[in-house]
Amino acid sequence: MLYREAGQFKTSYAADQAVFPLREDRIGLAATLFAAFVLVPVFADDFFLSSIMIPFLIFACAAIGLNILTGYAGQLSLGTGAFMGVGAYAAYKLTSIFPETNIVLLVLVSGFFSAAIGIVFGLPSLRIKGLYLAVTTLAAQFFLEWCFIRIPWLYNYNSSGAIEVPQREAFGIIASGPAASALTRYFIVLAITLAVTVLMKNVIRGHIGRSWMMIRDMDIAAELIGIRPLYAKLSAFAVSSYICGLAGAMMVFFWLGAAEPSAFSISLSFQILFMAILGGLGSLMGSYFGAAFIWILPVVIRFAFPALGIDIGAETVQHLTFMIIGALIIFFLIAEPHGLARLWAIGKEKLRVWPFPYG
Amino acid sequence: MRVDAEGGGPGAAPKKGEERITGEVLLSIDDISLSFGGVKAISHVSFDIRKGEIRAIIGPNGAGKTSMLNVINGFYHPQEGTITFKGETRAKMRPYVAASQGIARTFQNVALFKGMSTLDNIMSGRSLKMHRNFFWQMLWFGPAQREEIAHRRRVEEIIDFLEIEHIRKTPVGKLPYGLQKRVELGRALAMEPDLLLLDEPMAGMNLEEKEDMSRFIIDVSDQFGTTIALIEHDMGVVMDLSDRVVVLDYGSKIADGTPDEVRGNQKVIDAYLGVAH
Ligand SMILES: Nc1ncnc2c1ncn2[C@@H]1O[C@H](COP(=O)(O)OP(=O)(O)O)[C@@H](O)[C@H]1O
Ligand SMILES: [Mg+2]
Repeated sequence: MLYREAGQFKTSYAADQAVFPLREDRIGLAATLFAAFVLVPVFADDFFLSSIMIPFLIFACAAIGLNILTGYAGQLSLGTGAFMGVGAYAAYKLTSIFPETNIVLLVLVSGFFSAAIGIVFGLPSLRIKGLYLAVTTLAAQFFLEWCFIRIPWLYNYNSSGAIEVPQREAFGIIASGPAASALTRYFIVLAITLAVTVLMKNVIRGHIGRSWMMIRDMDIAAELIGIRPLYAKLSAFAVSSYICGLAGAMMVFFWLGAAEPSAFSISLSFQILFMAILGGLGSLMGSYFGAAFIWILPVVIRFAFPALGIDIGAETVQHLTFMIIGALIIFFLIAEPHGLARLWAIGKEKLRVWPFPYG
Repeated sequence: MRVDAEGGGPGAAPKKGEERITGEVLLSIDDISLSFGGVKAISHVSFDIRKGEIRAIIGPNGAGKTSMLNVINGFYHPQEGTITFKGETRAKMRPYVAASQGIARTFQNVALFKGMSTLDNIMSGRSLKMHRNFFWQMLWFGPAQREEIAHRRRVEEIIDFLEIEHIRKTPVGKLPYGLQKRVELGRALAMEPDLLLLDEPMAGMNLEEKEDMSRFIIDVSDQFGTTIALIEHDMGVVMDLSDRVVVLDYGSKIADGTPDEVRGNQKVIDAYLGVAH
């Protein structure tokens, strides 16, 4: 079957607004969802779920959070790691206080704490832009990291200084702690990340999403059209930080099981930023591409070289990963600022008019 | 329609029907002065704009025309003087207040949202009229979608009006300059303003594009009854389109009247026409 829009007419504005207007795209989406909900659970082993799929989805979620702020609203942030940490610590404290409550609910609530902190650290954005704003988010990163280390109440005075995820239930099933199955955790993370994606897609295609992009593209014109920068910027900070906090809580409760403050360091911020840039700023699907690429590349390198009979150490894998990702970041920043998502769109565009070179 | 450099003659602009101008003052500028550090951009300028008219603001480069528009829509705050809009007098206002009061504008250097399509740029003009909150937006289906479609319908009318159906989905950054200016007009029209400020809408256009733009401006005035303040360098266009002209030079007003009166004014000839031609 060819990838064509011929014969697929849009007869209403509602149809024209559809997220996937082309039938082929809808089939592709259905296939992806089928793989995510049926094929992966049936065929994947615990290692694949715990080491690849779960972190991939959590990183995709975090990258979507950052993309809202940086890709859509145009506010550069280096504090993603710390905002994820706020979500993780909030979830930990909440479940310590309400041990009987559904852990999924608490994880969802914990995002509100990082949203609140995100708003506070977003206030400087009303005055400063670009690199200077990045520096203030960097200050937020260091301040919050300091809090994670210096406020023992946050980790329940554990002598290790780390948070250790207790066993908790959701809907009568063990969802966190060592006894929680990988499959359960996978389904929770999958459901939350997909829900975030759909809800954010809806926000972005409406007037709130437009107000973010207006501020990003030309803040003066946006203001003269009646957008209040205060609302637009702080709402972007709040939504972005909520999602990042949610991702941080998921990271600890449904993936790592325990975390030290260093888990939420500046290197996590950069990792998420690279995912957003590589995948494509201003694209939700790109966030998935970026997360997949950066998370899965080292795994591929680790297994590919031995398979080719080349013996490389763990350290070399890491160095290779850094080099490849670094080179790609530079390439994308210079040649294709809209990242993998844009390459995907160009590929589809070519396919649409294939075999004719011009559409 | 041809833009006739002489203006007025038979076959020129479908002459601005005097009946749409009621004589009621929509905006009045009283003794406005604005300076940046030592630079005086506007000094003691007063004039008014009547409901329904096309009011041209002309003058050599650096005369303070753009600054005047910036004062009117609240982007610059004058040190002296007051602005009365729809009967309400203010020393200054925030841009979004001006926008919500019904003042829209286009910019001398196109200020579109480069990362967005033509459609989204014009939809952005509807921002102040769209109110569904965040939670409805997340759900989309239902109230948010209904609101979006209702506004989309209005925006499509504007797209038809400006004859830009073919570039509806094109990112505006990829459009030629003339079309960008047209999209920017569309965005301003989407606000359904009472007062439309146009800052050199035809600068950098070829003759055909200028004729199109002139036609759109006249149609906006005739069909929607929108009051328009127009900054323009092309004297033919000014003489053709405007009901009254105010002339600025070095930040001061040197003439104010009908195109014919202004054209005959010796000060204007010295300051502007003499230099420009
Ligand atoms: N933001 C600003 N900062 C400093 N000077 C400005 C600013 N805006 C305008 N000016 C000065 O005000 C004067 C009038 O400029 P402007 O209103 O742009 O003129 P025009 O639109 O008539 O060409 C110029 O001398 C210009 O340099
Ligand atoms: Mg100017």
